[in-house]
Order: sequence, then C-alpha cells, then structure tokens
Amino acid sequence: MSLIHEIDYGTPASKSEKMVTLTIDGREVTVTEGTSIMRASMDAGIEIPKLCATDMMDAFGSCRLCLVEIQGRAGMPASCTTPVAPGLVVSTQTPRLKDVRRGVMELYISDHPLDCLTCAANGDCELQDMAGAVGLRDVRYGYEGENHVRARNDGAINVKWQPKDESNPYFTFDSSKCIVCSRCVRACEEVQGTFALTIEGRGFDSRVSAGMHEDFVSSECVSCGACVQACPTATLTEKSVIEIGQPEHSVVTTCAYCGVGCSFKAEMRGEELVRMVPWKDGQANRGHSCVKGRFAYGYSTHRDRILNPMIREKITDPWREVSWEEAFAHVASEFRRIQYQYGRDSIGGITSSRCTNEETYLVQKIVRAGFGNNNVDTCARVCHSPTGYGLGQTFGTSAGTQNFDSVEETDVVIVIGANPTDGHPVFASRLKKRLRQGAKLIVIDPRRIDLVKGPHVEASYHLPLRPGTNVAVVTALAHVIVTEGLFDEKFIRERCDWSEFEDWAAFVSEDRHSPEAVEGLTGVSAELIRGAARLFATGGNGSIYYGLGVTEHSQGSTTVMAIANLAMATGNIGRPGVGVNPLRGQNNVQGSCDMGSFPHELPGYRHISDDATRETFEKLWGVSLSNEPGLRIPNMLDAAVEGSFKGIYIQGEDILQSDPDTRHVSAGLAAMECVVVQDLFLNETANYAHVFLPGSTFLEKDGTFTNAERRINRVRRVMTPRNGLADWEVTQKLAQAMGLAWNYGHPSEIMDEIAATTPSFALVSYDYLEKMGSVQWPCNEKHPQGSPIMHVDGFVRGKGKFIRTEYVATDEKTGPRFPLLLTTGRILSQYNVGAQTRRTDNVVWHEEDRLEIHPHDAENRGIRDGDWVRLASRSGETTLHALITDRVSPGVVYTTFHHPDTQANVITTDFSDWATNCPEYKVTAVQVSPSNGPSDWQVEYDEQARRSRRIAGKLEAAE
Amino acid sequence: MNLHVSGDIGTRTLAIIDAMKDLEGPLLPILHEVQAEFGYVPQESLPVIAKALNLSRAEVHGVVTFYHDFRDHPTGRHVLKLCRAEACQSMGGDAIADRVKALLGIDFHQTTLDGAVTLEPVYCLGLCSCAPSAMLDGAVHARLDAASAAELVQEARR
Repeated sequence: MSLIHEIDYGTPASKSEKMVTLTIDGREVTVTEGTSIMRASMDAGIEIPKLCATDMMDAFGSCRLCLVEIQGRAGMPASCTTPVAPGLVVSTQTPRLKDVRRGVMELYISDHPLDCLTCAANGDCELQDMAGAVGLRDVRYGYEGENHVRARNDGAINVKWQPKDESNPYFTFDSSKCIVCSRCVRACEEVQGTFALTIEGRGFDSRVSAGMHEDFVSSECVSCGACVQACPTATLTEKSVIEIGQPEHSVVTTCAYCGVGCSFKAEMRGEELVRMVPWKDGQANRGHSCVKGRFAYGYSTHRDRILNPMIREKITDPWREVSWEEAFAHVASEFRRIQYQYGRDSIGGITSSRCTNEETYLVQKIVRAGFGNNNVDTCARVCHSPTGYGLGQTFGTSAGTQNFDSVEETDVVIVIGANPTDGHPVFASRLKKRLRQGAKLIVIDPRRIDLVKGPHVEASYHLPLRPGTNVAVVTALAHVIVTEGLFDEKFIRERCDWSEFEDWAAFVSEDRHSPEAVEGLTGVSAELIRGAARLFATGGNGSIYYGLGVTEHSQGSTTVMAIANLAMATGNIGRPGVGVNPLRGQNNVQGSCDMGSFPHELPGYRHISDDATRETFEKLWGVSLSNEPGLRIPNMLDAAVEGSFKGIYIQGEDILQSDPDTRHVSAGLAAMECVVVQDLFLNETANYAHVFLPGSTFLEKDGTFTNAERRINRVRRVMTPRNGLADWEVTQKLAQAMGLAWNYGHPSEIMDEIAATTPSFALVSYDYLEKMGSVQWPCNEKHPQGSPIMHVDGFVRGKGKFIRTEYVATDEKTGPRFPLLLTTGRILSQYNVGAQTRRTDNVVWHEEDRLEIHPHDAENRGIRDGDWVRLASRSGETTLHALITDRVSPGVVYTTFHHPDTQANVITTDFSDWATNCPEYKVTAVQVSPSNGPSDWQVEYDEQARRSRRIAGKLEAAE
Repeated sequence: MNLHVSGDIGTRTLAIIDAMKDLEGPLLPILHEVQAEFGYVPQESLPVIAKALNLSRAEVHGVVTFYHDFRDHPTGRHVLKLCRAEACQSMGGDAIADRVKALLGIDFHQTTLDGAVTLEPVYCLGLCSCAPSAMLDGAVHARLDAASAAELVQEARR
C-alpha cells in the first residue's frame, strides 16, 4: 500500500474530438484540439513547473512559472493559457527559461517563511517542489524588506501580517504562507460555485479574503474543502494534518453520507485516518466534495460509540454488557421463542440504507430464509418508495435514468421538491457550473431554496407552490405542453404507447387542469406555470431532478408518474442531458432497494409471487419461501400495537426519530418483546431495545454502495472495526446462531451470490469493479460496461406508459385550529437524524433545529426572531426557536429534523402515499404560538431517553 | 439571510441599485454612485449590492478594495492628491509633498482635525510632461512649486 498520487495535468481536458500533433522537447505529441501546451506535455510525461495551474480549474496564467518557448513566436508564453496548434515546436527548458523561472521563484520565496521543517505541508508542498525543480539556491533580495511573514519588523508592528484564521473547525488559513496564486478563489468559484473567496487589495497588498475580510466561519464559505485541496502551500491546511502529519498510504473508498456517492481517498497513517480527499477519478463527484464527506468523519471515533454488545430484560433496566456469543444466543432464542408463541409472522427486520449492499442483502436473507417470512422493509419506505413504484410503472425500472455527468449536457433543468445545495451539495456544484454556462433553471418548491437566487445563479422560474399540490402543478405543466402542441410526437410514437398517450393527453387537456384553473389551489400564478412549461418543452435538453419534496406526500407516487409523463411527452429520455433523476437521500438507498429490502420484492425488483424468481433463491438457500408479501414498517408497528408482532431486528436505522408520528412508533416498539438494534450509537430507537449490537462504520468494512445514478462503488476497509465485527459479520453470526449454515469469508462472496441470482447485477464482481472503478447497473451480458444512461433504445418495460394523474387533495388540511402548513427538510452541515454529524464539529453550523416562519405570520402571532415557539399539529406538539425569514411563503412554516430533542416527527401525521405508504412528511397542518420552553413531551422524552441509556457499571452515557 | 434591508444606508443603496441595475456591467457605476451618495462606500452597502446583482459579498469586496478611489470611510470636505510617480518625483515632488504635509500638519491618508482636507498619494495623473502635479477635488494642478503648493493648500483649507 502506498499513497495514491494523482497526476495533475494543470488544465482541464478538452472535449474536442479533433486531434492535433505538435513537438514538445523533440517529442511528437498528439492531443485533442483545445488542450493546453501544459497538459499536452504532461500527457507526454514532461512536467512543466507551475504554481497557479491545476486541472480542476481553468487556466489562469498568473504564476509565470510555466513559461515555454515556441519556435517562431516571440517571448515566452505561459504553457497553461496557450493552446496547442498543429506543428508547434515547443521547448520547456532553455537557458532563458531557467533564468526567468529562478527569478520568479526568488520573488516568491523572498516573501515566504523559511520554516519548511516545521511546516504542516512539509512533504506535500508544491512551492517547495517548484523551488527544487527550478534549482533555487539563493534569494538575492534577502528577507528583511516589506513582507507578510513576520508579525513584527524590527520591533515595529507589521501591518501586512495577519494572524492565522482558525475559525473553521476543520482547516486553518495562514495568510503568511500565501503566494496569492488564486487557486483557492478559483476553486470556490469554478468547482464549488459559492464565490466565498476573493483577492482583496492590489499589488503587494493583495491577499486572499473570505467574504468581506471576515473569518472563514462568518463568511459565505460552506467548508467544502475545495480551496484546501487546491492550495499549493500550507496556507489552507486541514487541522488533522497539522495535528498528525502527512499520510503514508491511501485507499479509495466511497462516502457514506448522501446518495451522490462521492469517491474519496482515505489518507492514512497506520490505522489513523489523516484526511479524506475527493478522488478525481470518482465518476460521481469528479474530484469534488462537501463538508460532510470531506471532514465530518469524527463520529467514527467518537466516545459515544458503543463497542460491546448489550442486553436487558426490560427497557426500564440499565444495559448489561455481554459477549458477542451471549448476545447472538440470546437473540436467537428470543426470536425462536416469540415465533413459537405468537407464530412465524410475529417477527421481522429492517435493512439499512446506510449499510452496504452485501449487508442489506444478508438482512433480507435472514428474514426470508431464517425467520421464514417476508417481514422485511427498509428506510426507503419513508423516502423514495414512490420513486420505485412510479418509475417502475411508467418506464419499467425503479431508478433514475441518468448519470451525474449528464448534467453537463442539459439545457433546461427542473428541480422539484429538492434542495441540492443542502441535500446533495456535490451534485449542486455540478449543476451550478452548468447553469453558469447558460442552462436555464425552473425551481418548483414552496421554499425559496438557495438555487432560486444566489451568486451567478438565478432560476428563470420559481413556482412557490402550496405544500401538497405537486400533482396539480405538474399536471398543469403537462396541460400547457399538450394544449399548445409542444409535445414531441415523433418520440412518443416511436417509444411510447400512442393510445395511452392519447388518453393521457385528453385527460391533461381538460380545462380543470389548466394553470388558470389550479391557480387558486396551488398558489402559483398561471403565467409562471405557462412560462415554465414553454421553457421546458422548447429549451433543448430538458432534465428533471427531484427529491423527497416529491415523494413524501399522500400523492408521492402520482407525482413521480406525472414527472415521468412530462419527460416522455417532451422526448426527454434516453440520451445525455435529459432524464428523470431522483436525488436519493442516503448513500445506499438505491442499493438497499435493489437488494430486495421490500416485503414484496426479491433482489432486482422481482415480485415475491413470481415462482421462477422464488425458485432461484429457494434452490440456493435450501428453504421454501413464502409467496405472500410481508409487513411494511407501519404495518409492523400497527401489528405490534395490536399484539401480533413481537420482535424486530433493526440494522442501522433510527425509526423512532426518522419515522412519522413518533408516539405511534414508540407505542409499537414498547409493545414488542425483543427489539434488536444494531447501530454505532445508542440511538433513539435503542431506548426501546432489549438487545444492542454495536455496528461498524464505512471505514471499517468492505462492501459496495449504489448511489443515485445506479453506480456500484466499492467501499474499502481502512481500519479494524472498533467493535470487533463488520456489520455483515454480525448478521452472519446471528444467522448461524439461528441455525443457518452461512459461511461467507468476505463480502465479495456475498456479491457473487447477488450476481448469480440477480440478472441486473450478472457481471458485477469485486474483480470487475477493481478493473472498471465502478459500474452502473444493469451490468450484464447485454450491458457489459454498465448503463450510464437508461432506456437508450427503448424503455425497459417495452413502450413507455403514460398514466393519468388525478390530483386528490391530502386529508391533512388547514383549518381554524391549524392554519399553517409545516414542511420539513435538511441543511448542508447536518445529515438526516444527525446521529453522525451531531457527533462532529459540524455542529458549529447548526446547533439546533429552528422553525422558519414568514414575517407576516410571525407578526400576527407576536413572535420575534429567536423566540421559543410551540409547534402543534393534530398529532402532537413540540417547541423550538423561531427564525423569521421570507424564504417561506406566508402560510408555510419549515423546519429540519436533525436533532432528537426537537422531535419534529411528533408533529407529523401518519397519512401516507396511497401506493407505497411513504409517509407524508412534507405536509402537516400546524399552529405556531409563543412558548416559554420545552413541552411536557420533550421533558418526559428526555428523561426517558436518559434513563434508558444507562449501562450497568458505567457512568451515565452522555448524549 | 433576510431580504429586509435594515437602516438608512441599506435603503439608500437599494434606491441607487434600482436605478442602475439594468446597465451593462452595473457594479462599478453603482459603486461610484454609492460613493457619491455617502462620500465613501459603506461596508453595509456591500451585501445589499451583492444580493441585488447575484454576486457574493466576497466578489463585491474584492472589487471595492482593488480600487484605491473607493473609500471605506468618509474623507474631509476636500481631497488633495499629490502625484508620487516617477516623473513627479524626479521634478521635485518629494519636496512638494514634505511642504504640503508640513502646512497641513498631517501625513498621507490622514485628514486634518477640522475635517477640511484629506491628503492622499496618487500614482500618476498622466501629467508627466508638466510635473510635479496634484489634484484637488477632481481638478488637476501642474508645474507645482513651493508657492503654488502653498496656494493649493490655502484653497483646500477653505
């Protein structure tokens, strides 16, 4: 193992297909037109000295180190800004160039500290490398003059010197080491798209400034780390590198946060993680990252992590630490006892979208083969189950149609019910880059998300609809497209069922679906809807990206189908730059669905009632499988309350915090006799558990994650599991304790079983992933390279299916008692229920969940910014602090659900999607009123949580 | 952040932006107008301008600090700029500068206690052929000597 050094070509690759041949240092080099001379020579293995150039950003030409001489041209052009041309004869090293470069380096070093030995960048400093490369031996200017290096010059205060900015928890900014190459500024602009950095002043006074000469944390900086990665000196350095030193080996792995699935190099020193650096070859992220994946891994070594299995008789008892053997034996005997006493269907399991494909596969396997029923479900139930259903019905596959690269070719983007800059930041950066190149944006969201308006990005249309009216708005868009004749008839006749289209077209053309007719209902002016529809239908490649604001509704599946209809009607399927793209919430939510986590589906979305599929697994597993779908999560809880469901094995999901109607969830859990929770921490669900099995982090195991673009990415173990066992081993040992003859030696063997049984994974193996880097399913004989874009030559189901989408208002309605609509979402620095990010320094950005309320609604209620307010719905009430903002419309309030003490899900109701039971998180009728502090429920809950976390023989576990 | 612009500076800045934001490349004209309105470019104006033009605060800050003529604090009633570039220095500019500083009792970048005059160096007014030169409130003065420099100070004092 060694440290992976990625080649920096200095400038981005050219997309041209035309080839150009030139001569560099006597060697003939052929590259694509538009390539810089710098990149062309790096291609040929000739490294031209450089400081301000890096291939993540466009050429800038400021450092004057990369000069070359070109026969027949005057002067010494910069190789980064000079494109190749046929027949050029370039010299990268001549006596004149040597002199000039050395002279330039002398100037740089004359205003740079000479503390290389004690510098954090020692061993990873491009300035040092370049001093070596140009043969710098002396600095004739001395170090005595004006400088930015020393706090004092001859005893007098040096006003040019600036102390280190340590405000960001993860990196420092030491301006005294800065060479003003602008790489950080350009990374923030071109790669991240935040524009938080600038060069202030001019000439010798020039200096990098965050915001308006602010510290980093107070500025617009979102801490994505792109600037730190770009910095060629120690000016911007990870605090972990300052503390530990340079890494000695690195392993490529996949981030375990959101569904973008970024590839990272985990840079290690021994078993200590020094830093996570985004990998340029990562095909989802292309070398970019966000604050979570780049920096927020501290939870893996947090003191709250539970490392020993624990058992207790009653949930009011303190926990008792036991051996793994005792824990497994206990669970096995309890589950068998419950099944004997209450019947085979009285237990079930929940797979995790945070765990690997292999682990998820094993959990559904233990349920089907070990428990002998199909009572398995997954957290996708509460997020993207409508995506699976809706896209399955219309296109024939339960997944997004594109890869993330596709965004580079899109012309009009609809973002509906998603907030990419917070939820999927790396994708948002790629989208913003395309928007800055001129693509148009339509945002359909009740809230004015950051994409609507921000530095160099502005939506052409923002449709601020009333929560719960997605179907009405999307159908109205279709109305305009059909009635104004903007649909793509050729595409529809070729690819879709024409008679179904005609039926659908007649349906959407009805007057009651016109923008004017639904205006009163949706709160969106008809003009906006008409404008947006025309733009989408006529603006070129149209793509639709959506999130949980679409799915988590009583009509979630209907909206997904409406979106699919819209894409088909405009011919936007089956090529780069178009498509229907669900932005998946969790790292492996796509994978957990693929792996047969739903009670009615075996791996690969094959229905449990299909005899042939069942037979495949029955033969391999040596059991007979029930052909009846099992219970979904809400049904399990209902059955528990009724007394027929008594035991559950929950891997890596905190249903008490994340599922709707907390009181119902806690009642269900409390009614069970054996709740087994496998997690990193004593999460909220564990308050109701009888057995706790410690989990392992993504750094501690091998496996694969499948991201939102169906990309199967390797997860690689970089350290020993602190709890002793990887999660797949825990499930395997539990299965063995229950008498199943499982004997997997490595997760690759589990993947081999998946490939052998699941046609869409047929060619997937660890060896193949090693070779390909990653592949997008389907990956089989028909698509040996995987499938970046789906439905290229026709829909998977044959003909694309148009489905009528009748708007039915949710039963959750506002009225005199609950006049406001609550919708929920998340924030950049925190992740989901926050179990991980709350245990990192990310809390500096988001200490608590706050209630966003429009100034008008706040004034009516006598609420000032920062006040404690009581938030009540028909289900329950909680309290939190108010944040007055016009990002939300009057009548709409918004909050996040990252903190357990907020208990936002005490408020949400148990209404759910008609097809999939996906809960309606996004619409709850509420009332907001001033309050003095936490509600009784919050106080009671805190007390119960504190008591239930006691471990015998240990001080109280701190949350 | 809220859209609500608080205070007088914000409101007046917003009025300037509204009148000028449809210009091509509106940032510099707006900054000039803001400086004309307040006598300097108040820090509170920058986020308002940034938001209205879809720029970041950092970008606006970068532009403002690049140009020495945009000030971050008010000046005296008059601004006297002395050219310190090569041609003027070679024609006795140093002596003129010393004399002016002595007459006003201040150094460069300072303002007299009565708030009458701010003294600033400038690097070339483009009057090299009739050096040394100066500029008082936008009007240029050339071929300065000790006497005419004193007159200029007198005028500025008024």
